[in-house]
Amino acid sequence: MSKKITIEPVTRVEGHGKVTIHMDAQGNIQQSRLHIVEFRGFERFVQGRPYWEAPVLVQRLCGICPVSHHLAAAKALDVIVGAGTGDGLTPTGEKMRRLMHYGQFFQSHALHFFHLSAPDFLFGVDGDPATRNIIGIALTNPELAVQGVMMRKFGQEIIRATAGKKIHGTGAIPGGINKNLSIEERDEFLKGADPLNADKMVSWAEEALDFFKKYYFANKDFVDNFSYFPSNHLSLVRKDGALDIYHGVLRAVDADGKKILHDVDYQDYDKYIEEEVRSWSYMKFPYLKEFGKEKGWYRVGPLARLNTADFIPTPLAQKEFEAYKALTNGKPNNHCLHMHYARLIETLHAAEMIRELLNDPDLLGDDLVIKGEKRKEGVGLIEAPRGTLFHHYRINDNDQIEMANLIVSTTNNNEPMNKAVNNVAKSVMTGKEVITEGMMNAVEVAIRAYDPCLSCATHALGKMPLELTFVGPDDQILDRKRSH
Amino acid sequence: MSNLIKFKIDGKECMAEAGKFIVDAAADNGIYIPTLCNMKGVKPKGACRICSVRINGRLMTSCTTPVADGMEIESNSTDIQDLRKSIIELLFVSGNHFCPACEKSGNCELQALAYRYQMMVPRYPYEFPMKPVDASSPRIIKDQNRCIFCKRCIKTIKDETGRSYFVFRNRGHKLEVVLDEEMGKTINSATAHLAMENCPVGSILVKEKGFDTPIGKRKYDKEPIGSDIKL
Ligand code: SF4
Ligand code: SF4
Ligand code: FES
Ligand SMILES: [Fe+2]
Ligand code: NI
Repeated sequence: MSKKITIEPVTRVEGHGKVTIHMDAQGNIQQSRLHIVEFRGFERFVQGRPYWEAPVLVQRLCGICPVSHHLAAAKALDVIVGAGTGDGLTPTGEKMRRLMHYGQFFQSHALHFFHLSAPDFLFGVDGDPATRNIIGIALTNPELAVQGVMMRKFGQEIIRATAGKKIHGTGAIPGGINKNLSIEERDEFLKGADPLNADKMVSWAEEALDFFKKYYFANKDFVDNFSYFPSNHLSLVRKDGALDIYHGVLRAVDADGKKILHDVDYQDYDKYIEEEVRSWSYMKFPYLKEFGKEKGWYRVGPLARLNTADFIPTPLAQKEFEAYKALTNGKPNNHCLHMHYARLIETLHAAEMIRELLNDPDLLGDDLVIKGEKRKEGVGLIEAPRGTLFHHYRINDNDQIEMANLIVSTTNNNEPMNKAVNNVAKSVMTGKEVITEGMMNAVEVAIRAYDPCLSCATHALGKMPLELTFVGPDDQILDRKRSH
Repeated sequence: MSNLIKFKIDGKECMAEAGKFIVDAAADNGIYIPTLCNMKGVKPKGACRICSVRINGRLMTSCTTPVADGMEIESNSTDIQDLRKSIIELLFVSGNHFCPACEKSGNCELQALAYRYQMMVPRYPYEFPMKPVDASSPRIIKDQNRCIFCKRCIKTIKDETGRSYFVFRNRGHKLEVVLDEEMGKTINSATAHLAMENCPVGSILVKEKGFDTPIGKRKYDKEPIGSDIKL
């Protein structure tokens, strides 16, 4: 005999989440399950297509992070066209791609902060949903809303200049890039009229971070304890251990900081990572083979990256990183809501990197593409804003894609999100039979910390429509509530 | 130049050499009539009907009809424009046109016409037909998802003996324009590039050529189709 609580979005757009909470007759939480309907048709959809179409095709996977898919696919195809396994491109090719990636990172993180998390911080997680959104921010803190809009715009302009379009560009091609940066474009980004220039973006990223820290220190107990749980953490790091979101080796640490995946070449990712299929979920559950299904799961994303990296290679972000690490005595940070903190440090890093890259004359170079001996198979990894993204392709003798395997960031975070929801359920739903606004908010906040790609529309609106249903032991509906 | 005749398009007085096809005569007078299957220098067949105009109350394909003295041609009336638009829509729904991932995007005549005629959502339901991709030639990919059966490849891409590399196969609903299997094995690079160029859409692709021209830098990114026709 068990009861079931179902939380379900009212509208279905591109994908949707649904949470079921399984209780025994006494109301104890037995298990929480987050069901995300993922667009899995893709891996079959690309079969038979000429391989060079992949970086353009895959962007359709997501309206939120098309650039990450574009670049991960291009990196996999670099391997196929013989351009090396991530470090063989021409300086212009690599740096243009990096600029594209930092631009997208910056705008995605800014979107998350200003549209999704800042409203919670300003108005409280249990604030009135009608004003707990970007519109509420615009009314009460107009300068903050302007920053949000302008930071996104700056990132999008960088994407347009590197990828050709703000969304669904074609910039990255197998073996390199199809355009360089013009002097005019560069000067516009460096010296553009206030506020659309790199210096301003750096200082605004600092301000956003200060804004969060203020909130954090005023609400330390809540932020520290909300859905805390230990876990492994995985990401790419640069060979010397620096944070690097474009390229590196694969590293994982456990909850105490011990390295459990030792900076391996990701071309062999399938030697180390396996994906578990569970009957109730469309989304797979990846884990480190060596540690098995129970112990091998890991988190990805901002929190994980700042746990695996030894340092950040830009000065301002490094300073913030040191203060942040000190909070956990240099050990991995396992606080769910510190994800926001980590995300803002990364936003600052991205702004610094954009500025640094723009000053690099290599962006103006003409040597765009490199090719070598062709191969049949390639793997491309990138740190997408939401975490490590895997693309793996194999082609046939006719240049057609024969096999594609993708592990997207949200899939990597599947188990952690389930854990986070379960934690929340245990603390606010145990023994309860009536649904409260607080329960729905708590579930939302836990999921939102991971910024999953549940649906592009809900991202954009900054809220996740939920339907929460209590189902009794005999499947009768005890209570039902909806958020709009 | 001796044999000039007078005619009218949408009431506008025009002049042209006798015997010219209406599309070309119109172009000489700075008037654009859209075409798809028609190609300069190739005998017109009137396959797509996008160039339809009305003469004496009858619809005619202007790429196959010679202009005559005193002719009154109706081209830009609302119903003819809508007919052209509906042809474009039909071509879209009967294939699988996924422009963002198509190498021809920006250089594609069908897409350019869709923009010019402001196609938003086709009035017909998408058919989503199952169509094969033939990648067996070392130089060419023939993607049946995008073929509009205009025959331009059949008429223009030939070997030294005059044999076409591309041929019709099957009939009716199964009709296909395919690359001849044997000839596809030996087609040279220049001919492959010409085939891709002559195809108005992205049905003929040269292998490994993808997206090296950035978006925004392609033919119809700069100017809508037909812009070259002005006085
Ligand atoms: S052939 Fe033209 S219309 Fe069809 S997908 Fe390609 S660009 Fe679009
Ligand atoms: S392949 Fe291209 S040129 Fe040949 S018939 Fe089809 S659309 Fe026309
Ligand atoms: S262009 Fe005249 S019928 Fe096709
Ligand atoms: Fe995504
Ligand atoms: Ni999405």
